[in-house]
Amino acid sequence: MKNYSGTIVLALGTLLAVFAAAFAHDDLFRIHAIILAVHLGPATIYVARKVATGGFKEEDKSGYMDGPIRIGVILTVFWGVIGFTQGVLIATALAWPEFNLEPWFNFGRMRPLHTSAVIFAFGGTALMTTSFYVVQRTCQARLWGGNGLAWFVFWGYQIFILMAATGYLLGITQSREYAEPEWYVDIWLTIVWVAYLVLFLGTLFKRKEPHIYVANWFYLAFIVTIAMLHVVNNLAVPVSFLGVKSYSLFSGVQDAMTQWWYGHNAVGFFLTAGFLGMMYYFMPKQAERPVFSYRLSIVHFWSLIFLYIWAGPHHLHYTALPDWTQTLGMAFSIMLWMPSWGGMINGLMTLSGAWDKIRTDPIIRMMVMAIAFYGMSTFEGPVMSIKAVNALSHYTDWTIGHVHSGALGWVGMITFGAIYYLTPKLWGRKQLYSMRMVNWHFWFATLGIVTYAAVLWVAGITQGLMWKEYDPQGFLVYSFAESVAALKPYYILRFIGGSLYLTGGLVMAWNVYKTIKGDVRDEKPMVAVTSNAQPAE
Amino acid sequence: MSLFNKHKIIEKSPTLLLVGSLLVVSVGGLVEIAPLFYFQNTIEKVEGMRPYTPLELAGRNIYIREGCYLCHSQMIRPFRDEVERYGQYSLAAESMYDHPFQWGSKRTGPDLARVGGRYSNDWHVQHLTDPRSLVPESIMPKYGFLTKTPLKFEDMDKHLRANQLVGVPYTSEQLINAKADVIAQATTDADIDGLEARYTYDDRFSVPIGDFDGNPDKITEMDALVAYLQMLGTLVDFSTYVPEANYR
Repeated sequence: MKNYSGTIVLALGTLLAVFAAAFAHDDLFRIHAIILAVHLGPATIYVARKVATGGFKEEDKSGYMDGPIRIGVILTVFWGVIGFTQGVLIATALAWPEFNLEPWFNFGRMRPLHTSAVIFAFGGTALMTTSFYVVQRTCQARLWGGNGLAWFVFWGYQIFILMAATGYLLGITQSREYAEPEWYVDIWLTIVWVAYLVLFLGTLFKRKEPHIYVANWFYLAFIVTIAMLHVVNNLAVPVSFLGVKSYSLFSGVQDAMTQWWYGHNAVGFFLTAGFLGMMYYFMPKQAERPVFSYRLSIVHFWSLIFLYIWAGPHHLHYTALPDWTQTLGMAFSIMLWMPSWGGMINGLMTLSGAWDKIRTDPIIRMMVMAIAFYGMSTFEGPVMSIKAVNALSHYTDWTIGHVHSGALGWVGMITFGAIYYLTPKLWGRKQLYSMRMVNWHFWFATLGIVTYAAVLWVAGITQGLMWKEYDPQGFLVYSFAESVAALKPYYILRFIGGSLYLTGGLVMAWNVYKTIKGDVRDEKPMVAVTSNAQPAE
Repeated sequence: MSLFNKHKIIEKSPTLLLVGSLLVVSVGGLVEIAPLFYFQNTIEKVEGMRPYTPLELAGRNIYIREGCYLCHSQMIRPFRDEVERYGQYSLAAESMYDHPFQWGSKRTGPDLARVGGRYSNDWHVQHLTDPRSLVPESIMPKYGFLTKTPLKFEDMDKHLRANQLVGVPYTSEQLINAKADVIAQATTDADIDGLEARYTYDDRFSVPIGDFDGNPDKITEMDALVAYLQMLGTLVDFSTYVPEANYR
């Protein structure tokens, strides 16, 4: 019997989209529904034909469900390149404002496109892909719920990305940073995310290993906490059930607190806990060493997830949020430094006895750089959460630099490491197309992020100091416009830093493409295979 | 150590791991967010706060749509330099009807919490159309298309209704007259008696009125956006505000 359930789900989705377009309350909703229908319609026909001709019959030799993981690796690379390109484009618009093209490509619409492309498209696809891989390998079990559930979660999430991204350019936004998609896209993500949680838990339940491996604790905490944050932060009342606009349930100060409770923990659970799960699997695997300390992983797991949630108010220092909340947020942000470095130590020290691999294996070097940046930004974060520091740093480009050392340094680098580990394995290749290109990628990315972060430190502190500078007569020295003009050189340099990082991403895309094709680059090995050293007699 | 051995129990049960994580991550949010809804002193006692007029609300939605909050904050911190540059520091009460809040997180451009009344309507239109014609250093994108886009306001009553559902005290009279109030506020020489009656709070009528975009023939998105900008930070009557009574 041929299984048409996927086709039916897609056909129903297409039908719903067509109806939504026909009866839309406003033009934007209509356009958005048409975009959805245009993608789901052909997908329905493609899947139906494929099922009819028996095209979906390939079983994985490994016994695991690797189909979505293979596509996930490709899409992670794709979204990475897209997200970095968006970043370079808006960096261009900041340095040279003529590059804003009204209305669709103005900075205000492009910026959420960039942040979401990197966090949710690149980061989210990487997390979903690696979690599917890791949970199967460490549980010795195939994904729970059959092929249908895994494909639903995977493509359902990609549909969320499509709707979010097109919505931003159309001007469909809730204006909640990193939670911009409107109410109907949020409902869709909730459905997909609950399915993801069920899939992940189900696989844990059918595991053949007695213990749940530490990487899965982090993945699970990431999935369940994001579900909680997403639902609460997006509570809203729509103007019409066939229209784009909604009004958030909370207002003013409570709304601000809820949003930054969400916003900071999008960092804490999406960009930290999830990627720590990635680190806990791929770092020991690539290093061929066990995790440094089991006890440390217990202590830092529970303390990290407990403390992170409290840190949100440090985004609202000296605002109209009551002082007691700000102080709590600051205190917990500083405490958060410890479990963060617990994770860093556990990751780095996994290399004990194998430190030479930093020299010989560019993939390990990439992962080590990721963990180093994790340590750096989780130190910088608590510093910036101190109210006295925040008085200077808040509202400036320093914050943007801080986010990027986390996102490019930590999230990006650890993902690249995982991609380079996974690609040969998933396509049954003996090795990557080129190790030297991994090395090039490493240096492009490292130089890019170091340039970016350093430039924005200087830019941010310059801004903060110029805004606060008084002359001896007690007058403000600079107009706001003068501080904008002063930043131009830094914005150009940041464009260069971002471009370097993007170049690294392109090198990776080529390397992954050639590896999948099965080519091996004719190149000198990174390190001489034989050693001239003789053992002491 | 025995405690670490006990962890083996959690490690072998997905249920315990799930429930444990969920409990642990719930605490912080409950402690920090829930009291903000109950502590009476979270929002200061002020005079003059009112819900947005339909035109201002439409303008605010354009402000949100264009992502203005990504470069402009609406939250003046209580520092000497900010108060001298932008005006009286912002109060929680001033965003009590803001669904969602627009405090922002970045100042690529200046704070706008009290931009209302600082510049003329013409200045705003010119600045939004071509920012560098007025501020050569500016890196702001151009928004000239707003003057060419007619404002859609047929369903403003539905927007007010949605706000009412989330707690903004709009009256049924304000809902019924939503469309008429847009026209009254955005037209010169219009009869504004109804608008004035409906939007006077604490004996203050703080609604900017006029043809904001310099084109009396039609009501555009530019009219709405400028009307919103012109009322920002002007509502609260600070002559009657007592900071000492509102320490939190």
